Amino acid sequence: MTNLQTLCLVGGMCVVTFGIRYVLLPFSGRIRLSPQVQRALGYVPPAVLTAIIVPMSLMPGGQGLNLSLHNSYLVGALATVLIGWIGKNLLITIVGGMSVFLAWQWVLSAGVL
Amino acid sequence: MQSRKAEFFKGARDTLPLIIGAIPFGIIFGTLSAGAGLSIAGTMGMSLFVFAGSSQFIAMGMVAAGTAWPMIVLTTFVVNFRHLLYTATLLPYLQKLPRRWQALLAFGLTDETFVISVGRWCQGDDSPHKRWYQLGSMVFMYSNWNLCTAVGIVAGQMLKGIGGWGLDFAMVAAFIGMVLPYLKDRPNYCAVLVAGVSSLVFHGLPHQLGLIVAALLGVAGGVLADGLLASKPVRAVKEQGE
Repeated sequence: MTNLQTLCLVGGMCVVTFGIRYVLLPFSGRIRLSPQVQRALGYVPPAVLTAIIVPMSLMPGGQGLNLSLHNSYLVGALATVLIGWIGKNLLITIVGGMSVFLAWQWVLSAGVL
Repeated sequence: MQSRKAEFFKGARDTLPLIIGAIPFGIIFGTLSAGAGLSIAGTMGMSLFVFAGSSQFIAMGMVAAGTAWPMIVLTTFVVNFRHLLYTATLLPYLQKLPRRWQALLAFGLTDETFVISVGRWCQGDDSPHKRWYQLGSMVFMYSNWNLCTAVGIVAGQMLKGIGGWGLDFAMVAAFIGMVLPYLKDRPNYCAVLVAGVSSLVFHGLPHQLGLIVAALLGVAGGVLADGLLASKPVRAVKEQGE
């Protein structure tokens, strides 16, 4: 990429991202959200996050479904869910899940399975 | 009542677990630049001015694949479109703020800061300083993200194979940790289930459109379940669950 192309890329991404995050605010005085819409928006965080997590875990690398034990993303994700379910502590969930993932990758690379 | 400073640091502290999750993710983003063909300035510039982790990753992958920049910007638009829903969710709270505050908080409205600060805004107390909570979360995320990007750029020059370590799993772990607290009633289970299944079904759509489609279907699933459950007598719902 040339310097100019890089500048266009970063500038374009910046404008687009900030624009999306900001655009509703100047009009917010005129926007009235009904209680139904507000309740619907409550489902936004879990729905969006899940839509990001699931393909990353079940289709790592963007290839087809990989539901085997050789998929350390899947094993790590299941372990993270389990740890989070039992522990109910965000920090332990993230660190624990990451540890299981790295340990499983090591197991796979050592050729144990 | 909490002071501004107390709110700021509370916001930063509550974001700490997610920061831990973002550290490997930020580092790996920096390391990828070496192999992808994006200059150090371009890589750092993305973290400084775009500040949207998953879209930065996708952009990096597209740069590596030789995609033209307008296509990458278009994809960024689609991938980050979910943030419009975030602003919409926070609208009742942010609309009372001065324009400058709105712009500042909008710039830092990442997945992590949104999920953490929406919890604070929704709390019943009428503290006038809740904005400082969100600012604390966002400043902490931003400094960490840029520091990690810089560390990653240096690490990428030194450790050539670091891209293959799978450190991007940290994002999956952090996001799972963020979803779990929502799984407290059936509509939320339904939203997650629908979003998850449709994210696989629509994964093949161009420009990562599948993410938006799956998210919207997930929200629809939650609303639908909410409506169905509300129309039944409470006892019937309870009996089903036991």
